[in-house]
Amino acid sequence: MEIEFTLNGKMTYEEIADDTTLFHLLRRKGCYSVKCGCETENCGLCTVLVNGKSRLSCSFLAARANGCDVVTLEGVEKEAKLFGSYLAAEGAEQCGFCSPGLIMNVLAMEREEILDDEGIKEYLAGNLCRCSGYMGQLRAIKNYLSRGEKRDEL
Amino acid sequence: MIRFKNYVKAENLEEAFALNQKKSSVIGGGMMWLKVQSRVKMTLVDLSGLGLDGIEEKEDEFSIGAMCTLRQLETHEGLNACFNGVFKECTRSIVGVQFRNGATVGGSVFGRFGFSDIITCLLALDTYVELYKGGLVPLEEFCRMKSNRDILVRIHIKKDGRRAVYASQRMSKTDFPVIACCAAQKAGKFYVSVGARPAKAELVVLEENQDCLKEELAKRASERFTYGTNMRGSGAYRKNLAEIYIKRLLEALEQEER
Ligand SMILES: Cc1cc2nc3c(=O)[nH]c(=O)nc-3n(C[C@H](O)[C@H](O)[C@H](O)COP(=O)(O)OP(=O)(O)OC[C@H]3O[C@@H](n4cnc5c(N)ncnc54)[C@H](O)[C@@H]3O)c2cc1C
Ligand code: FES
Ligand code: FES
Repeated sequence: MEIEFTLNGKMTYEEIADDTTLFHLLRRKGCYSVKCGCETENCGLCTVLVNGKSRLSCSFLAARANGCDVVTLEGVEKEAKLFGSYLAAEGAEQCGFCSPGLIMNVLAMEREEILDDEGIKEYLAGNLCRCSGYMGQLRAIKNYLSRGEKRDEL
Repeated sequence: MIRFKNYVKAENLEEAFALNQKKSSVIGGGMMWLKVQSRVKMTLVDLSGLGLDGIEEKEDEFSIGAMCTLRQLETHEGLNACFNGVFKECTRSIVGVQFRNGATVGGSVFGRFGFSDIITCLLALDTYVELYKGGLVPLEEFCRMKSNRDILVRIHIKKDGRRAVYASQRMSKTDFPVIACCAAQKAGKFYVSVGARPAKAELVVLEENQDCLKEELAKRASERFTYGTNMRGSGAYRKNLAEIYIKRLLEALEQEER
């Protein structure tokens, strides 16, 4: 079947087998930030934004992306770089494998204006990191989310 | 991963129903459960083009489309205001936000999963399942029915003044529940449902008895369920947990009333 969707701001047409997952399609389109880290929908590594919401591309039918707006890490370079600098400042990243999925979900969270510790932890519970204990990430995320206030203080 | 040859986005319920009568067809809800199955089908019937993805608040009920996501249940203000936030409570531990943006009410109810937090919560409320051919069926009856090839269109939750509270225990925050309990109160009655026993949720109704301690009521309620053993816990352990959680929920209902 044929589908038509926006990928990182660009209109995209693709011929796909009906049961293709969005994950496979995105890899085929060269979005190598999107990875598949589990078979149980638990790791969050494959997270992308579909119509502004964070979704697991491993479990999302590409057929359903028809007419949708799909954003991967490749499409949010500026935001990713900025957030990445906060992660680095806290030494939160170790191997970095989990970062693309985490960043996409942090961007989705930012839109929903979730700011308290418990809210953040709950929002990101579906993003696993096998190296760290999440504390560095949590500090980085809080710094990142409150960056506006700090700018005002200066 | 489920494999199939044809993807059909149904244009109306009649088409979806007709296609689904073949054993080689399968209805696609949020696909989260189907994705982890290793089935091979001819046709996947997608219900996502039928406008069934909303929560509608009416004077006497909430009408919730089959394609409404668990995340919508979790964040819907009217629904959570009416039922003391139980929908946030029963969904918040299900895997993660991205997962809940996918999993649907239709798949969760039609699946009648033993571990279901959703069914446990809905059973303690006055909930009906709207089936395309089968019509309106009380959820309790639907849970006892054998799975067939009908289509779940919506669920309806009556705004009958029930107040409800929910609790579950898990080995880790986002794992399947070891036990799931919901209690609701209305007009001198307690509606207590317990799921993940590990069998699917069932409901018991108790008369509120002013002279009876919550502890005694909880014991009586917990004794009316059967419990089994699986990798997450033994039947005896689950019974213990159920008694404790029911007691806490009944106390929470009482405190709220004051
Ligand atoms: C890894 C994992 C962990 C989970 N953890 C929990 C948990 O802790 N607590 C909990 O409560 N649940 C849990 N679930 C279940 C989950 O919340 C959903 O209930 C489940 O994924 C089904 O919903 P879905 O929308 O994905 O349905 P699908 O996977 O699309 O469908 C499930 C079944 O229902 C059928 N179906 C779907 N919609 C309809 C309809 N409208 N009419 C007729 N048939 C239909 C499908 O054909 C299929 O057989 C978990 C699931 C997974 C995969
Ligand atoms: S690959 Fe692990 S959740 Fe999608
Ligand atoms: S830094 Fe290695 S998995 Fe997160």
